[in-house]
Amino acid sequence: MKKLLIYLRDYKKETILGPLFKLLEASFELMVPLVIAAIIDKGIASKDMGYCLRLSLVLVLLCFVGFVSAVTAQYFAAKAATGFAKKLKRALFDNIQKLSFSDMDRVGTSAMITRITTDMNQVQQGVNMTIRLLLRSPFVVFGAMIMAFTIDARQALIFAVTIVLLSVVVVSITAWSIPRYEKIQSGLDVLLKFTRENHSGVRVIRAFGLEDEEKDKFNKQNNILLGIQKFVGSVTALMNPLTYAILNLSIAYLIYKGAILVNNGDLTQGQAVALYNYMTQILVELIKLANLVITMTKAIASGNRVQELLELESSMKDGVVTTFDSTKEHVRFEHVSMRYEGDSEDSLADISFTASRGEKIGIIGGTGSGKSSLISLIPRFYDAREGEVLIDGRNVKDYSLEALRERIGVVPQKAVLFHGTIRDNMKWGKKDATDEEIYEALSIAQAKEVVDGKEGGLDYMVAQGGKNFSGGQKQRLSIARALVRKPEILILDDSASALDYLTDKNLRKAISDMKDAPTTFIVSQRASAVLSCDKIIVLDNGTVSDIGTHDELLSRCELYKEIYDSQFKKEGAV
Amino acid sequence: MKKGTLKKVLKYAAKYRFLIVASMALAVVTALLSLYVPILAGRAIDHVIGKGNVDFAGVIKILINMVVCVVVISICQWFMNKANNKITFSVVRDVRTEAFDKLQKLPFEYIDSKQTGDIVSRIISDVDLFSDGLLMGFTQLFTGVVTIAGTLVFMFYLNFKIALVVVVMTPLSLIVAKFIADKSFSLFKTQSQARSDQTSFVDEMIGNLSVVKAFAHEDENMDSFDEINERLEKASIKATFISSLTNPGTRFINNLVYAAVALFGAFSCISGGMTVGGLTIFLSYANQYTKPFNEISGVITELQNALACAERVFSLIEEKPETADKENAYKLTDVNGNVVMKDVSFSYDKSKKLIENLDLNVKKGQRVAIVGPTGSGKTTLINLLMRFYDVDKGAITIDGYDIRDIRRSDIRNNFGMVLQETWLRNGTIKDNITLGREGFSDEDIIAAAKASHAHSFIKRLPNGYDTVISENGGNLSQGQKQLLCITRVMLSIPPMLILDEATSSIDTSTEIRIQKAFNKMMKGRTSFIVAHRLSTIREADVILVMKDGHILEQGDHQTLLDQKGFYYDLYNSQFA
Repeated sequence: MKKLLIYLRDYKKETILGPLFKLLEASFELMVPLVIAAIIDKGIASKDMGYCLRLSLVLVLLCFVGFVSAVTAQYFAAKAATGFAKKLKRALFDNIQKLSFSDMDRVGTSAMITRITTDMNQVQQGVNMTIRLLLRSPFVVFGAMIMAFTIDARQALIFAVTIVLLSVVVVSITAWSIPRYEKIQSGLDVLLKFTRENHSGVRVIRAFGLEDEEKDKFNKQNNILLGIQKFVGSVTALMNPLTYAILNLSIAYLIYKGAILVNNGDLTQGQAVALYNYMTQILVELIKLANLVITMTKAIASGNRVQELLELESSMKDGVVTTFDSTKEHVRFEHVSMRYEGDSEDSLADISFTASRGEKIGIIGGTGSGKSSLISLIPRFYDAREGEVLIDGRNVKDYSLEALRERIGVVPQKAVLFHGTIRDNMKWGKKDATDEEIYEALSIAQAKEVVDGKEGGLDYMVAQGGKNFSGGQKQRLSIARALVRKPEILILDDSASALDYLTDKNLRKAISDMKDAPTTFIVSQRASAVLSCDKIIVLDNGTVSDIGTHDELLSRCELYKEIYDSQFKKEGAV
Repeated sequence: MKKGTLKKVLKYAAKYRFLIVASMALAVVTALLSLYVPILAGRAIDHVIGKGNVDFAGVIKILINMVVCVVVISICQWFMNKANNKITFSVVRDVRTEAFDKLQKLPFEYIDSKQTGDIVSRIISDVDLFSDGLLMGFTQLFTGVVTIAGTLVFMFYLNFKIALVVVVMTPLSLIVAKFIADKSFSLFKTQSQARSDQTSFVDEMIGNLSVVKAFAHEDENMDSFDEINERLEKASIKATFISSLTNPGTRFINNLVYAAVALFGAFSCISGGMTVGGLTIFLSYANQYTKPFNEISGVITELQNALACAERVFSLIEEKPETADKENAYKLTDVNGNVVMKDVSFSYDKSKKLIENLDLNVKKGQRVAIVGPTGSGKTTLINLLMRFYDVDKGAITIDGYDIRDIRRSDIRNNFGMVLQETWLRNGTIKDNITLGREGFSDEDIIAAAKASHAHSFIKRLPNGYDTVISENGGNLSQGQKQLLCITRVMLSIPPMLILDEATSSIDTSTEIRIQKAFNKMMKGRTSFIVAHRLSTIREADVILVMKDGHILEQGDHQTLLDQKGFYYDLYNSQFA
């Protein structure tokens, strides 16, 4: 959390002045009982109406000045807290975008999103409340005690004891309940998960006739939660009655002791009233302080998580080369092995092959055979553990990531479109693409009809997550997006799975017919998608089983034959 | 509308009416005694006038009363809190149970039209919010009103004139509070709009960070982020600042009232209309008096929010359930598996035609392959067979009985279903196979797993059949997940089957195993297969060719090829 505070640097003035103005407000508040004491002891005792009026005006003045100070403080707090949050969020988002794929895998998407949303809100709220209350509440509590000391030291001892007792109650109940609230939360999470499971699995549950069993299980969890809630509730329910009792019993004792002192002439009636008034001020502030501590604890926990992500440095070093030599031998793998972080085994082992400029390379193999891992090395999403990945004769690590990736068109397995118009989405591929270029890419990707079918064409708005498009439409558009930039290398990662076979076939043909056709990598489960490739790499469990053309492989590669047969069945081939 | 909602809430609360009455009684006692304590303190101070002028007997008597009051208040308050907790949490439990029970009975029209998150948030968070807001709000409201009424009565009883001063100035505080609340409400709306823009942007970009990086789109994202961030900051400063004025604002008015009471009180004391103790009482009332007002205005916004949540929960609970089984519904035993669809029409959206006049006659033990491009409505047929949806026209019969005349549970028990979309729950492998069905020994489970070729991979898991898998199967591969789902059906195979072949993401050897398992199950059973594999299709007795929700063609492989229709094209593009 500490290191985050540098983002308050630009709000030094606000961060210091905010609490000071709060103190000012509090000190005016602390003066009020003294004024009342004076009214009683001097004004009422000597029946001086003018004096009473003057002091009442002083009260009005005090509350006015107090109000102005408070407003100023609130403004400073709001400004500092939101400004701080803005700067911190920016830094955080920036850093997240810099992380490498391995880092992303490790941290997890949902964790990153939570950091920058929920956690940041907690931190912002924490900073805001801290500026407002951290000084004010203790100041009022101890201020009241000190004022009591100035009136009468013996009576002030009662204050000290009361404050200690109240603090013990407030702190221990709060401390006791925080971890138990977490338990309630996790009980709620169980119910949530259970409900979600029941919704997503509703067909299976009804198909197996399990409705009653599910209800019983839910009931059981529900009652467990109720039990914890009632137990925790009955302890936290003690807070108000206990603090109330302590405070008021102290007041009774204060009056009793005060009576003795007044009787001896050591205290005036007005002073006794002032002490009584101070006592009542303590409780409210102590409870505010306890709440502040909770808010701060949460904020610090969130802050620490944010800091951790903020300090995470990308595990991938950027290169500097931005020019490419355009050699005939375009992409080469030399004894490449690759391992995901945390894994004990390589996902790819000793992969070597060469792809010449403009060639079509098919990659086929079962799940977990390493197809996606292999192609992820080309745009340097991951680094090879051993061996080298070369583009235009140079190790990909030497190139600047931006320059490298700008030359490559990637169509991911899961088609993703972003909120914005279709044109905006296409411009991801090339920032300054003209409509003409876009339409060219769309027609190669067999997506022209998709756009033409939408009202407004390229101006049609894509909903969040591309919900207003079918799976196949999304895939075609994401292929078009990669083609807009006229990439030198095109990577299709099983990206035609939602297309019917006819469209898939036309797509492949259109890509081959492109002028300056890119070096294309086609990952697929379907033998039909790769059989016309110049080279087919058959992967098996992270190693190359064989490389060759369709006919070569069919005659010599057992695994390829098996895949092919399972999809075509000997009798079925035409 | 809202009134209706309130009534429904009360219906749930009625079960705890004894507790509610008790809680209200305790609230009255607590509120009134709490107001009485400052009076006692004031009276005690009146006995403490000056040097040698202290009535100790009087002071002690009053203080003893005070101590008794305080103790009684504390105890009452604790019991009241406990009662409120019990009411709130129990009502939550009851509503949640009912909502969850409802989930089990909802028709698929409803379930399919709602996102998981929507239904989950109704059952979980909405219920929480509504109980917190509504029931706690209720008690606070009640206590607040009692306190205000009590304060007024006590004040007028003590000193008419000063009470009048307080009452006249009270609206000021309310106006200020209302003004700030209105102002901050609209500012909060702007803020939450900006915040939700930021959240969805972050969600979208971080959720798809791999695409962002693949297209080197980081800088553009940073610009968009800055723009939203700037907007959020502006909205946030205003909203935070204005809303944080509530406390200083009402405190300000409160202090003005305090000053006025001090002034008029002092005058009354001087003119002999009141004692110093009386002034003390008034001052402490003036301090507390506006508090319930502020609380009430806070409670009212919360109540509105809570009512909105309650409405969402109740609309779920009151949703029409699946039509009940007929009273004399037929009990299906010893099924042969003759399935006939006669002149069946169906569509989800009644304005768009989907399946029309479908006739299909499947005899015991036959295989029906359903083929067609993605999204052509193959799952619709499954929905109708399982009676997840009812046909609009025509009838589906099993062994001659209209499925609408058979108990739903019997239809479903007689169908074994394996969907491509595998559903696994957080639990052990064994739990996922039995799914809570009783009467299966470990041997039965292992035998089923062996039959479905799942045994070998299960054995290799860290704890075998007792390995706990996370929601959605966690680190199992798609193929392994499907094998588990097949094992479920294998455990006791019903006379009819619905199988959905996986399209992709399964390695060849697993696929071969799945195929073998399917074949074993289908032997002698009427089966409907959403088919992607040529061999399955060729071996089927009937092929249904679907496109855009319609059954285009129907017949066996050779007949369809000879027709040279859509099937012919599909076949040639797919397998040639």
